[in-house]
Amino acid sequence: MSYWKIALRNTLDRRLASALTALSMALGVAAMICVLVVHAVAVRQFSQDAQGYHLIVGRKGSDLQLVLNTVFHIGQTPQLMPYALYREFTDGRFAELVEVAVPYCLGDSFVAGERLYRVVGTTPDLFDKIPYRTNDDGTPRNYAFRSGRNFKTENCFEAVIGSMVASQAGLKVGDHFNPTHGIGFSGDKHEEFEVVGILEPTETANDRAVFVNLEGFLLLDGHALTAKKAEPLSMNSVIAWIHEITGPSAGISPSSQTKYTGPLKGTIPPKIGHDATGAEITPLPEVQREVSAILVRVADQFGVGATVLSSKINKDFSGLTQAVAPAGVVTRLLEQIVGPVQLILLVLTVLIIIVAAIGILVSIYNSMNERSHDIAVMRALGASRVAVMLIVLFESILIALAGGLLGILLGHGLVGLAAPYIEAQAGVRLNPLEFDPWELIVVPALIALAAIAGLMPALTAYRTDVAKQLSGSR
Amino acid sequence: MLLVENIRKSYRDASGEELVILDVPRFGVAAGEQVVVRGRSGCGKTTLLNSIAGLSTVDSGRIEIAGVDVTKLPEAGRDRFRARKLGYVFQTFNLLSAFTALENVMLGMSFTGQPVDRQRATTLLDRVGLSSRLHHKPAALSVGQQQRVAVARALANKPVLLLADEPTANIDPAHQQQVIDLLREVCRAENVAMLLVTHSPEVAGQFDRVEQLENINKA
Repeated sequence: MSYWKIALRNTLDRRLASALTALSMALGVAAMICVLVVHAVAVRQFSQDAQGYHLIVGRKGSDLQLVLNTVFHIGQTPQLMPYALYREFTDGRFAELVEVAVPYCLGDSFVAGERLYRVVGTTPDLFDKIPYRTNDDGTPRNYAFRSGRNFKTENCFEAVIGSMVASQAGLKVGDHFNPTHGIGFSGDKHEEFEVVGILEPTETANDRAVFVNLEGFLLLDGHALTAKKAEPLSMNSVIAWIHEITGPSAGISPSSQTKYTGPLKGTIPPKIGHDATGAEITPLPEVQREVSAILVRVADQFGVGATVLSSKINKDFSGLTQAVAPAGVVTRLLEQIVGPVQLILLVLTVLIIIVAAIGILVSIYNSMNERSHDIAVMRALGASRVAVMLIVLFESILIALAGGLLGILLGHGLVGLAAPYIEAQAGVRLNPLEFDPWELIVVPALIALAAIAGLMPALTAYRTDVAKQLSGSR
Repeated sequence: MLLVENIRKSYRDASGEELVILDVPRFGVAAGEQVVVRGRSGCGKTTLLNSIAGLSTVDSGRIEIAGVDVTKLPEAGRDRFRARKLGYVFQTFNLLSAFTALENVMLGMSFTGQPVDRQRATTLLDRVGLSSRLHHKPAALSVGQQQRVAVARALANKPVLLLADEPTANIDPAHQQQVIDLLREVCRAENVAMLLVTHSPEVAGQFDRVEQLENINKA
């Protein structure tokens, strides 16, 4: 019989103690697997959600807040900027560098039962001209509709909803819903929107968001600038806005504006729109419009377009707006927040595993007294000191291996069990069969740990006084 | 086959005084011979067997088995020699409770550095009448059956010498004779020399050669 088989027999002979010890090891490993899988999913989710555009332009402030709110639909709504700034990207001073610009108006929500979804007022360009992800081969992956279609600019009260909103809220194409003013359950109900399209799942935060036509969003109560505050639409309105905030000494001059004559890089308001009944309505004048953020896909995607544009925006509107590369912010988020949190959790799980390894040591060490006679018999049968030491070490390794493998199964099983709940709550899709490369070192690490844990009882076996054990006394 | 010459072994007691436990000028067993060593309790019978088996060392002298002076071997060498050339039947049968009868016999083959011969283990158990108990653990075997497994295990590696330390001490008189008959018969069949230690005059009376330990041990 091999030493492994002898060790296995000994382990099975103490099956209760062995099983409990292995179980404690399994729980530690399962916790580690959960941390690894969840972290991998979080990293992927954070990384892939911010694809398809290069810059987010918003009011000066926390770039993290801007990205979290715009990309992930969480956190506080950013402050507003004049719509005229958006026009600087569609047919103004920045248009030359832009492929498409998409305005975001944030701050409303859609309440369905116990759930709250963020409402985004935007243009159809979001789904027509911006991909939501890049495939491994570099090709863009565009939004697709599970049912229905994109909303039309002139149909002011049309909406497109994410796949998760549709499934959780039970909305389908043709249904109507009322957004709530503000982010909360108790805000006033706005006018009704009609669902005209349901997106295919994108595995991004947009799956749990509601997108309404910007034209309709701006017509809702409390969303328009008062006539008093409104300025004629031009670069002057931006300057006026700047001056209002910082005083006349700051800001820019109209002479710095470059005349743009190329194609429009976004969607501008129609002259006439239609309400939910089909009746004609007049869209909100541009001078009364404000936006929360602008997503910008630059024309020179593989060159320095984003950097140039970002520098230009930050220079021209220094102190008032910011142009943020979401990928950079996400990377920083992962490195400075998600990474350290993962590290702390991993350290905790490693500690659990070490405690479990100490459990193995205690379990085997405690059994050594009653087993010293068996060890002496094996020695009398010709087993060397090294042989009995190896057998005890192998027992430790077997328990750790059993615990480790059980833990891996348990960890992935827990991920599988929790997946529907997490997907429902956070919109993050967990795949229980997803393996993190770090899992590959779990087993070798457990073997090393078990060998260390088994060393003390193994040395006890090594030092067994055979003659004394066999005779009971000298 | 076995030659013990001028071996001496002593301990120091609690007061530091040297206590000589073995002092054997000369003692031998021929190949295939069956010898009984008798002696009172505490006279060094087990110590003599352990010294011959290489489980404990002697202070001086030589113990030659099949031409090899085991006192000259390092510990690992003695272990390997014991596994390959010696069989040991203990006073208490010392079967390992986690292993079946067959595995207990194969366990004896596991430390020789050679492949385990499952067929021989099965044959030996068959020879001692346990072919129907191969996969029973010791707890499921009677006392007599356990001792038979112990005998099969001691012979597993085709030893040249079988050492038996009071093999009937812990079994009832009805089974004692069966064990002695089995040991003698199997050793004869396998041409294995046997050195059996006992304090029982009934057991000793069945052997042609009986040595009184007090006569060969001058300690």
